[in-house]
Amino acid sequence: MQIAYREVEGRSPRYWALLGIIGLIALLGLGAAYYMEHHGHIVTGMTNQIVWGMPHVFAVFLIVAASGALNAASIATVFGKSAYKPLARLSGLVAVALLAGGLMVLMLDLGRPDRVIVAATYYNFKSVFAWNVFLYTGFFTFVALYLWTMMDNSVAAYGKYAGFAAFIWRLILTTGTGSIFGFLVAREAYSSALLAPMFIIFSFSYGMAVYLLILIAAYAWTGRPLGDAILHRLGRLLGWFVAAALYFVVVFHMTNLYFTKYHGVERFILVEGGIYTQMFWIGQVLLGSVVPMLILFNGKLRASRGLLVTACLLVVLGGLAQMYVTIIGGQAYPLDIFPGWEERSSFFDGVVHPYHPSLPEFLLGLGGVAVALAIVTIGVKVLRFLPESLADADVGPHAAG
Amino acid sequence: MTDNKTTPVDEGRRRFLTASAAMAGVAVAPGVVLYEIAHGKPADEPASHAVRWGMLIDTNQCQEGCDECVKACGEENGFGHGTRETDSQWIRKVELRDMRTGRTKSLPVMCQHCAEPPCVDVCPTGASFKRPDGIVLVDRHICIGCRYCMMACPYKARSFVHERITDQNPDVPRGIGCVESCTMCVHRVDRDQQPACVEACAKAGHGAILFGNLNDPNSEIAKRIAQYSTMELRADLKLNLGVRYQGF
Repeated sequence: MQIAYREVEGRSPRYWALLGIIGLIALLGLGAAYYMEHHGHIVTGMTNQIVWGMPHVFAVFLIVAASGALNAASIATVFGKSAYKPLARLSGLVAVALLAGGLMVLMLDLGRPDRVIVAATYYNFKSVFAWNVFLYTGFFTFVALYLWTMMDNSVAAYGKYAGFAAFIWRLILTTGTGSIFGFLVAREAYSSALLAPMFIIFSFSYGMAVYLLILIAAYAWTGRPLGDAILHRLGRLLGWFVAAALYFVVVFHMTNLYFTKYHGVERFILVEGGIYTQMFWIGQVLLGSVVPMLILFNGKLRASRGLLVTACLLVVLGGLAQMYVTIIGGQAYPLDIFPGWEERSSFFDGVVHPYHPSLPEFLLGLGGVAVALAIVTIGVKVLRFLPESLADADVGPHAAG
Repeated sequence: MTDNKTTPVDEGRRRFLTASAAMAGVAVAPGVVLYEIAHGKPADEPASHAVRWGMLIDTNQCQEGCDECVKACGEENGFGHGTRETDSQWIRKVELRDMRTGRTKSLPVMCQHCAEPPCVDVCPTGASFKRPDGIVLVDRHICIGCRYCMMACPYKARSFVHERITDQNPDVPRGIGCVESCTMCVHRVDRDQQPACVEACAKAGHGAILFGNLNDPNSEIAKRIAQYSTMELRADLKLNLGVRYQGF
């Protein structure tokens, strides 16, 4: 069956209101970045102890989710599931949009954002960050080519290759993102090869949740039909991704608990870490994993659009909590420079480092989210990303599976 | 007629003079040799692999409560003595207490000038770099302020400039939005002077920090390291540090 794609009309007051709100948040984010650039990072909550803060929580979440947003397209092309084919174009668009939003936050948080060109002209090839510059540009390129093969019949024959390349590339990309932390030998909360595959699984989960939210919102707000069968499928798949992510988290902490030298940092995250402990158990595990799984693995609960949206929102919030625990919690726990000795100094050695995120940081992070949403909102108006109908009868015989 | 016979007093004087001259020779010679091998270099001459600058910190001489090295560093490099969480601290005094015995130690911690520096590995632009003579520096012209090096440093040796800077020392350019750390007073070392902290510690009468060329077996620092047991911080990471500690 031929699927008809059509731009959204984008002339209704609701469309402009949506774009206006998104644009305003994006502008607030840019304003925050200008304020930070003008005054320096003194106006943020970041310090010489907590060197990466709220912008990085948002940026890494968006970059990880970008890779995962490509799930639907990858399943359609690489794994040949035709039911996912109508979902592929939006999947590519959301992936590119999330990556652009995340990168914007990362770039604008630099101490010298004006030197971003330096990052593209001077390379230290031993740096995971430098690899990431190539991984990001490669991702944009492959996904753009992939979208081209989907939208232009004259090159449709190459779709399989483009889809396969994008699929491999997204796995490498998220390996790179996880390795930003995994390759840090000095900090006990990181320095594990497990971070790379764990981030890949996180990406499946976060990206699918964001994609589902955008899909449901787009079809509800444009009044286009969206069948239950496809949501049923995607919801169940998200449940498996959440479960797999939780499995990795359990293995990660169990391994550390077996190694005596990691008992301190594990006690900090799991028991005594205050906000980090709460974020881990309540945010990441309970609200971000257990509750969504209860909804997503129960056919009746999942059938409710409201509960499905709730589950997706919880996965996103759990993902942000996970990033907060990983990025900020990992830095808050002090470096053990003198094992066996109690340390005290003017530079806060041996003590848990406090972090109080400031409004500009938060706005910059939200600005990245807004830019991603703006790209999607404008994208679906100017190009044919969305099928006219995703009703069960229109999306092929496999959808009911 | 002159009496050429030497008296016992003359004998003693002669022996004393000979011994003094010999001792002076012994005392000065290594300095002369050292100067030949590791003197300050002209500005147009690149740093050499033949030299590896290092420091040996004798924790038995370092006094608890004394922060002359920290003050000297701040003055030399043009930053104050602020200890807010956002203030730069290139060197800090760390007070240690043995968890089992209660024994205390006091010592300075600064950039350890690793032979295999994690900060250099992770820096995306190559702004973090190591000179051939072992001094680890930040090129302020290409540092983009990503702070990945601060995440990677096992010694928390680096600081980020959080606000605008005025009244800089022309020898030590610094700037908002860039990362910085101990330069081992490279501007002084290249002029054949000792790092400011080393000089201040000696002036305070402690002499707890010895600076020199680790590659020269005749240097005082190399001899001390050969003679006494010294340790590197986080030796498990095998980073081969330029700063060693004695007296643990």
